[in-house]
Amino acid sequence: MEHLSPFPSSPSPPALSAQHLSFGYDRDARDSEAFGLHDVSLAIARGSLTGLLGPNGCGKTTLIKLLSGVLRPARGEVTLDARPLLARTRREVARQVAVVPQETHPAFDYTAIEMVLMGRHPHLGALQLEGPADLGIAREAMLATGTAALAERSYMTLSGGEKQRVVIASALAQAADVLLLDEPTASLDLGYQLEIAGLLARLNRERGVTMVLATHDLNLAASLCDHLVLMRRGRVIAQGAPAEVLTAALIGELYDVDADVAFHERAGHLTVTPVRRTR
Amino acid sequence: MGAPRPIRARLAVTLATFGALAALSCLLAPLVGSTPINLARVFDRSIPFADNVDAQIFFVARMPRVLAAALVGSTLAAAGVVFQAMLRNPLATPFTLGISAGASLGAMLAIVFGAAAVFGPLSAVPAASLAGAAIASAVVYRLATLPGRAMSTSVLLLAGVTLNSFFSALIMFVQYIADFAQVYRAIRWVMGDLDVGGFQPLVAVLPLVAIAFVLFAYLPSSLNLLSVGADAAATRGVDVARTQRLAFVSASMATAAAVALAGPIGFIGIIVPHLVRLMVGVDHRIVLPASALFGAAFLIGCDLIARTVLAPIEVPVGVVTAMLGGPFFLWLLIRKG
Repeated sequence: MEHLSPFPSSPSPPALSAQHLSFGYDRDARDSEAFGLHDVSLAIARGSLTGLLGPNGCGKTTLIKLLSGVLRPARGEVTLDARPLLARTRREVARQVAVVPQETHPAFDYTAIEMVLMGRHPHLGALQLEGPADLGIAREAMLATGTAALAERSYMTLSGGEKQRVVIASALAQAADVLLLDEPTASLDLGYQLEIAGLLARLNRERGVTMVLATHDLNLAASLCDHLVLMRRGRVIAQGAPAEVLTAALIGELYDVDADVAFHERAGHLTVTPVRRTR
Repeated sequence: MGAPRPIRARLAVTLATFGALAALSCLLAPLVGSTPINLARVFDRSIPFADNVDAQIFFVARMPRVLAAALVGSTLAAAGVVFQAMLRNPLATPFTLGISAGASLGAMLAIVFGAAAVFGPLSAVPAASLAGAAIASAVVYRLATLPGRAMSTSVLLLAGVTLNSFFSALIMFVQYIADFAQVYRAIRWVMGDLDVGGFQPLVAVLPLVAIAFVLFAYLPSSLNLLSVGADAAATRGVDVARTQRLAFVSASMATAAAVALAGPIGFIGIIVPHLVRLMVGVDHRIVLPASALFGAAFLIGCDLIARTVLAPIEVPVGVVTAMLGGPFFLWLLIRKG
């Protein structure tokens, strides 16, 4: 097994870093194998776009919840700008780290702009209502995600791609400089997948948003990410630049799949073609 | 892009409209009754109060009942909004978690075993119903907040359903060993009664209601996020466990106070929030205050029907709200499906 440095070559200190994180959903588990996540360390460089790859149940979503402070690690620590995440208030963390979950199902029929404006919550006082500046930020986020025309539509009646873009707009309205995305393209068709990928690349490039992206889509990861973390059974088995870790051998180890990896001239990035299951 | 009306303007318009409706209801409802009275005469300062029969009927005979309706309607409607958002379930009511069953058991026990006792400003039945409500909410709360976990809404709902049937069984047992007169009183209590007989019972429950409403003021924007999802709320800066605790405690207090004052008047906590959402949208920063105001007007209206529709016979107000609420609830279910 190849172990690459968890620290990608970057001059600035990491925005978000995890040291020896372990987490178990079964609180009484003494057996370390029962942990959902085992001794995970990684560093997310400021301005980077990191992909989390691995089979179902490997701990990607758990890791995202630990990185955003929604879950507390059993062992280890997450630091945001070198300060422990848990030493900050939820509001303070939310001003810097936003999350786009796999799916969002509100219990009430909010309009798209109401959903987006909820992103302003960490910036408002307990009894404060959003003002013109907040509305401006929400509108800008909707323009950036191409959802401006949907503002007054009911969120529940939107298509999967529209919903996901509204949720991304809501995360943008949070004005956080770190964005954690949990399979943002999972339920989308090919067109929307490319659209979301383009949107994320643009946000990363133009606004310098640091992103962590959990995904099953190896081609999406290859096209977008500058750093990949490969996880299996709650452990990191390799991390590094796409060219270093997106190899047939590591993909085989990760998914038990025999795959061809080739550079695609027209797409301009590595592409992975699964051939057959090896186990 | 359409220009959405800013929240501040929407809130101001909503408060003004629903506030005016609630105030008008409080002012006009006491004019209706078996003895016709005249609003101009009621407020005629040239006649001394002792000689002004219209003013006496308005302020002494009818106003306490109208204000009780306003207080109970407002409180149950607001508690309904809070429970629905906290449980992420639009069909939840203030009574879903067993508070009214606990209160009913308390009232039943007081009626059968100690009707004459008095506890400070409260007579036996309201005091015992408050105690029953407090015990029921404490049990549900304890079950849903086992150490180290966020409050589980599914455990809350299950515990509430279980407590409801357990307390119902106890109520039936107490009724079985009680005499006919006591059983009649108990059943009459469950039907709800806003004829509180004076201002004193209102004043007695006012502190609880006031504390609950102060806590409510801090909740709406967190409730918006909680109703989207606990994780969504946490990543937007909401302290989920604290908000759930605050919501549970404040809404339980409000419900317990309303039930102690007038019995478990059903369906207000679900009809009013849903009607309000149809009118003003679903943002809790508007729905919560609007429901509190509209709930007051709504229950005053129901009580007006209760005391006039079969006059001189009075229909229990709980029967009126249930007759409106049952079909409404079914309509909501069909509409949702």
